[in-house]
Amino acid sequence: MKRTPLFAAHQRLGGKLIEFGGWEMPVHYTSIVDEHLVVRQRAGLFDISHMGEILVEGPGAESFLNQTLTNDIRKLTPGVGQYTLMCNERGGVIDDLYAYRLAPQNYLLIVNASRIDVDAAWLERQCAAFGPGVKLRNASEQMGAVAVQGPLVREFIDQCFPGPSAGGTPVQQASQLAKNQIGKFPFEGERIWVSRTGYTGEDGFEVVAPANLIEAVWDKVLKLGQGHALKPTGLGARDTLRTEMCYPLYGHELDENTTPIEAGVGFFVALDKGAFVGKSVLEQQKAKGVSKKLVAFKMTEKSAPPRPQYAMWSSGPNGSKLGEVVSGTQSPSLGVGIGLGYVPPEFSKAQTPVEIEIRGRRAPAIVVPKPIYRKTS
Amino acid sequence: MSNIPSDLKYAKSHEWVRVSGDTATVGITDHAQHELTDVVFVELPEVGKKVKAGEACAVVESVKTASDVYSPVSGEVVENNKAVVDNPALVNSEPYAGGWFYKVKLSQPADLNSLLSAEQYKAQIGG
Repeated sequence: MKRTPLFAAHQRLGGKLIEFGGWEMPVHYTSIVDEHLVVRQRAGLFDISHMGEILVEGPGAESFLNQTLTNDIRKLTPGVGQYTLMCNERGGVIDDLYAYRLAPQNYLLIVNASRIDVDAAWLERQCAAFGPGVKLRNASEQMGAVAVQGPLVREFIDQCFPGPSAGGTPVQQASQLAKNQIGKFPFEGERIWVSRTGYTGEDGFEVVAPANLIEAVWDKVLKLGQGHALKPTGLGARDTLRTEMCYPLYGHELDENTTPIEAGVGFFVALDKGAFVGKSVLEQQKAKGVSKKLVAFKMTEKSAPPRPQYAMWSSGPNGSKLGEVVSGTQSPSLGVGIGLGYVPPEFSKAQTPVEIEIRGRRAPAIVVPKPIYRKTS
Repeated sequence: MSNIPSDLKYAKSHEWVRVSGDTATVGITDHAQHELTDVVFVELPEVGKKVKAGEACAVVESVKTASDVYSPVSGEVVENNKAVVDNPALVNSEPYAGGWFYKVKLSQPADLNSLLSAEQYKAQIGG
C-alpha cells in the first residue's frame, strides 16, 4: 500500500488507518461524527496528498485541455480554477478533477488518487494526437496536499501563509482569495499554492506543496489553528461531508460507463465551446434525455444506514427495482440515513417515494433536492 | 486502552457475557465499540427467539460499517434492550451497562466454558 508524506504524522496523532484506493490513509482520529461536526462548525485539517497533480504546459495547453476536458477552460484567467471532467468517446467519465490556470501557459490538474495512472496514460494519448506545443508532467509523487476546511479557517489562514501572493491571483492575504482562486505564497523559503476550494461544502482552502514541505505545512496549520479549535480530520468525515453536499466521488457516482449528464453535473459540460472528447454523446443526452439519473434521498423511518450497492425499489407492494445506491451513510448533520443512487428519470423528481433494500427488507425513503444538507446560518 | 471487566466472559468475536443464575446478558465489548465508533443502529433478536452459540443474531451499524453480532451462548431470548434500539449511542458510551443487547435463558451452560476470560480476551486484542 502507498503512504503519503504525512503517514508518520497520522500515526503520531493516533489516526485509525485504512486502505483507500491503494493508499493507507486515516479514516478518523477520534470518530467520523466528531470530525464531521468539527468541519461543519469550526475547522478541520485533511491530508489529501494521495490525490494526483498533473502539470500541463506550453503554448498549446489551453487548446489541448479544451478538447480533452468538458468544461470551458478558456474561461480561466491566470490564478483561477474550475471543476471539470474528462470523458471517453462514449461520454463516460475517466475522471473528475480541478483544473487551475497557474500562469498564461501553465495548468495544474488535481485528479483522484485511484485514477492517477489511468489519467496520465489517457492524457499522454490525447496529447500525442493533439500534436506539438504541450508538455505533460505527472508530479503526483513529488507533491503533497492538505485541505483546511470549516467556517473558522478564514480567521487563521493568513497566519499560516502570510502574503502577499507571488503568483496566480494577486492578493495581499490568502483570505482575500475568492472561491476557486489560487495564489502562490512564500513558505519556508520556497513557494506553495493555496486555493479557496474544498470538498466539504464549507468555506476553506486547499494547499499544494512539494512533498518534502507538506509536513511543515501540516504542522503549522495544526499549531496555528489550535486556538480556533481546529482538529485533524480523516477520510471518513470527508466522505460524509461530501455525501451531504452530493459531490460525486469517482468509483461511486462516476465511472467510465456513466456520463456527467447522468451524474447531474451537466453544468460543468460546455457544449458551446467547440469539439471535445465525448461531446456528441453528451449533446444527444442533453437534448433527448438519459436512461438513468443520479438522485439524492433521505430515509423517512428509523432504519440502518443505506450503503453502496443496496437495491433501490419503487414504493408499494408491486414495486420494481429501480437501480442501486452508490453512496450512503448516516448523515451526522441531520441524524438520518442519506444517500445517492441511480434511478430511471421518471423516479428522479423530488418527493418521489422510493425504498432501499437493507439486508432483505425494504425501508422507505424519499427523493430530495441536492444538496441534502444546506447551511441554515 | 480498552476496558475489560474481570467478572465477564468474552467471545473471540468481541461479545461479552454476564451470567446470573441460568440467564446470560450479552453485549459487545469496549474494544468492539471503539473499533466501530459512532454506532447509529442496532437490530436485536426478538424475545422468544432461539439463538445458537456462534451464529449471527444481531446487527450493529456505525457510520463507518455494518457488523454482525454472534451469540456467544445458546438459548432462548428472554429480554432485549429497547433503550439501546432507541439510543444506539449507548453502545459507545456504556458498552457494559446501558448498552447491553439481550438476555438469554441458557440451554447449554457448558457453552460458557469455551468463552475467554478477561485475561485471555485482553491477550487476544493485544491490549
